[in-house]
Amino acid sequence: RDFNERCAQCSEVNWGLTDGGRFYCRSCHNVTERTTEVVNTDFVCNSRIHTICKGLKNQEKTDGSCEWYVCEGFQLILKKQAEALEALGVCPQMKDEVLCNFWRRYLQKTKQAYCNTSAGETVKALPVCDSSTDVDSEPERPSPLQLLSLSESEGNLQTDSSFASSISKVSESTSVCSGSVDGSLYLMKNRKEKLRMTMPMTLSFCYMALLWLREPMTLSDLLRFVVEGHIPYLNVFQDFPEKMKLYGLDLKIFRVESWPVYEEVHNKMLELAAFLDLPRFPDITDSCFLHPDMLCMKYLMEANLPDELHNWTCRVVKKIRIGEVDFLTLVPGNKSTRNVKYDVLAAAVIVVVLKLLFLLDDHYEWLLSDFAEGRNKNNKEGGPYFEFEKWYKVIKCSLDMKQKKLDEERAKYLWRCEKVLFYSDKMKSKVLKRRQTVVNLQNQFGKLSGSVLPAEKPNPSSFQLSWSEENTDGSCFHGHSLKGVLQEKCGLLTAKNPDYWLCTVKLCNEKTCGHRAHYREVDFPQSYHFVIRLFSFLLRIQPSYIHDEVCVIEHKLFNKKLCKKPKYNTGLGK
Amino acid sequence: SSHEYKLNFKKSKEMCLSYIQDAMLQKQWKKAAEFLTFYMESLEKDFAREYLSPSEMIWRIGTEILCHHSHSSMKEFNSFTEQMKSLGVKRYLKVCLEHTFHLLCNGLIDEAYQNLSLSESWRSGDQTGIQDKEMKLIKAYRGLLDYYNWSKQKNILLEHGQDGFEDLSVEQEMHGSFRKAAVDLKEIIKIPGVWDLFVKCYVDLLEFYGDHNEARQVLNEYAYNSKFPTNPNAHVYLYQFLKRHGESKKSLVSALKILHDVVPSHELMIDFNIMLQKSKKRKRRRLGLEVIFAVLDYAGWKENVKAWSCLARQLKQIVISEKHLDWIKQEWNSRKDWWPAFHFSRYSAKRNWQENACLSYEKALVAGILLGKDCRYFKYVSHQGCKAQVKRFRILKKFVNKHNPVYLRISG
Repeated sequence: RDFNERCAQCSEVNWGLTDGGRFYCRSCHNVTERTTEVVNTDFVCNSRIHTICKGLKNQEKTDGSCEWYVCEGFQLILKKQAEALEALGVCPQMKDEVLCNFWRRYLQKTKQAYCNTSAGETVKALPVCDSSTDVDSEPERPSPLQLLSLSESEGNLQTDSSFASSISKVSESTSVCSGSVDGSLYLMKNRKEKLRMTMPMTLSFCYMALLWLREPMTLSDLLRFVVEGHIPYLNVFQDFPEKMKLYGLDLKIFRVESWPVYEEVHNKMLELAAFLDLPRFPDITDSCFLHPDMLCMKYLMEANLPDELHNWTCRVVKKIRIGEVDFLTLVPGNKSTRNVKYDVLAAAVIVVVLKLLFLLDDHYEWLLSDFAEGRNKNNKEGGPYFEFEKWYKVIKCSLDMKQKKLDEERAKYLWRCEKVLFYSDKMKSKVLKRRQTVVNLQNQFGKLSGSVLPAEKPNPSSFQLSWSEENTDGSCFHGHSLKGVLQEKCGLLTAKNPDYWLCTVKLCNEKTCGHRAHYREVDFPQSYHFVIRLFSFLLRIQPSYIHDEVCVIEHKLFNKKLCKKPKYNTGLGK
Repeated sequence: SSHEYKLNFKKSKEMCLSYIQDAMLQKQWKKAAEFLTFYMESLEKDFAREYLSPSEMIWRIGTEILCHHSHSSMKEFNSFTEQMKSLGVKRYLKVCLEHTFHLLCNGLIDEAYQNLSLSESWRSGDQTGIQDKEMKLIKAYRGLLDYYNWSKQKNILLEHGQDGFEDLSVEQEMHGSFRKAAVDLKEIIKIPGVWDLFVKCYVDLLEFYGDHNEARQVLNEYAYNSKFPTNPNAHVYLYQFLKRHGESKKSLVSALKILHDVVPSHELMIDFNIMLQKSKKRKRRRLGLEVIFAVLDYAGWKENVKAWSCLARQLKQIVISEKHLDWIKQEWNSRKDWWPAFHFSRYSAKRNWQENACLSYEKALVAGILLGKDCRYFKYVSHQGCKAQVKRFRILKKFVNKHNPVYLRISG
């Protein structure tokens, strides 16, 4: 099969499986000690499997279900996600090698703390109705008893107490609370088990693999593809094989009811990388997509800003040395290296450059714009000068439209899929009945909706906004010149703008207040807020994250000035 | 405008609801229906802790949409309501009731009746006890519809007169409806509350079948039982009943007195004053004056000729008899500061004279008595009246001039 080690006896690679789940060499019939952990080929990705614990007999129960572990479920999910990424253009290596290896390593690391006893024992140890259960202190993971309860105000579904009593009667048997063998154990707090697998963590795995391969996909891109449905995440359990029955506590593990959060996925990724004892990641050099110079170029294009700004972003990057390999490359576990968020970093650099050239104090940028407008009217030769006002109008229009559309999509977001999940067999009929009611009502009101075209899934695209210079309406600013905001001084081009305002005089300590700075829209100029808002939308993250990064960059940029004297006037002609 | 990029089930459904709300407020029913379809899946989620559960939301919103949407039909509405009934046991009877109201509003009386009957027979464990109030209401409304049937049958009989045998079945039906209605109507009006329509119908039934005692008792209870909320109509019904049955003046007066206390501006106060003026008892006449003054404290009566003529007549009578001038003084005391501006301004004098001579006559008489011959209202109107050579104005002028000293005594 897929086990690629050479046989100890005959050096052939020709394996089969015994009934006991062990590998034997077909050539010389040497039986190894290695056993498969997971028997069903469906669950296995195309590589070797380490044995970690005693093999499981994959018995098919009478009702056509099989025993399965939670991590098998996640394995399947990761496989699906990798396939989707491959379909988006990511290299196949990701699925076949990188992600697999990460996953295996994870299993290795976690299984050691996970189980020594057989499946039966671990589950029997589950005290369903015991109030002294060692439960997770997080509010989202209450005791198994609470986990199972599904109180419904209508009174159609069973109330807590009656349900609990019915559970206690069957607490003798195993696996009663979940379709998976170890679902209940999974959700209980286990001190040795630090990195318990969760749905958001699957994305951390994916991102980690993408980063390892230095694929041209940022985390914000990844998460956006997830939300748009190009990468399986919401309701991915639909693709589990029939035999893998999902119910009870499995729902708490596999059912997703919120969009993945950038910070959470990113932080988990860092934790994971450290946990897996990964070495230094492959270098992020200036030819990588994730390098600020490259990303800035991309974002400048997307934001419809003049290409000439790229010179300036590169200058800033160089000056504060955030383009250096050692700064950008991830070294897991190294707490001193900053967690670099490539997309946020690039966006922040652009914001800083805009501040340098246009000041963005709700006054100066409009003055510059008027000047450029005047010149553009009178002088048609040479290219047009960039007019901030024009750009603002064009972008605002597009942004508002897109934002409105996004808000509607959020309101229309559907969380449930066709496959119905229930907490227990007792609930099954009620849940199905409820589902039928929902479908009926949806049909009834759907007919009254008029001829509404079903929302088409947008084609996955790296660019959300695109501008073409072929447009004759002049709404593309890529080729516009920055001459209107620059002047020559001693043979160098510097900004006309002599001033700069810092977003914050002092950076906060991240550990104490969670942020480097605090962003309130009312405290800052509208133009600044607008620019932040634009990138906030493109990256789908809170404006405050970009603002934080801007503050950090500014402090690096004006470090000397800040240390020396309180007053700072600067241009970048140095 | 904080644009969040996070989203969870609850938040997205909240947003969905606000879109629905906007659409409904702008009467965009198609859009509301569209967003409602996206909201539906919240039925599958446990929102036990919310104040308003999704199923209640959907019931209320869905009903609104179906009421207003151009493509919706009664059939759709019925099928929707049936589904709503099965969604929430705790709300079952409420939904039934509202369904009934909707049917009634669309003129489907028979369907409404059937609906009520069906609901009446519903039982569900301890919910039956919890939803006791709704059940009582359902029975009460069925009683009301029974009354309606009775009334229809009665009219049929009255039309046909003494025609004969075919009417026997109608008559039997009529008595049957009466029995059913009586039981349920009697039940509901026992509970403290406002049951105007039910009371009226019940009393109508009782009167028809000659049970005046019961009727009187019911009305007395409704009007005087302190557990019931203050309800002017209760007294009106009682008064009308008493009048119909030629009851004693004493009872009529006591019924209307309470009405005067509760709603001094009630239209029955005119009748009340007339009744009281005619009385031999001094106390009653005194009350009459109080009543009519109170009526004219209200802007709605400012231009009512009848009210002014009542007051005028009584004042005139008192002035001529020269007895009980202190009554006028007492009543005028609290009004002399604001009635002149309220009723007797020069502007109203002009307007009243132009628009309604009778009104101005009566008012002038009152003004003359209360404010003397020199008051601007009287002067203007009487002057105009005399100029126009209307006889009674000349008489009026003489009268007021003659009795001017009275004014001085009143105002002193």
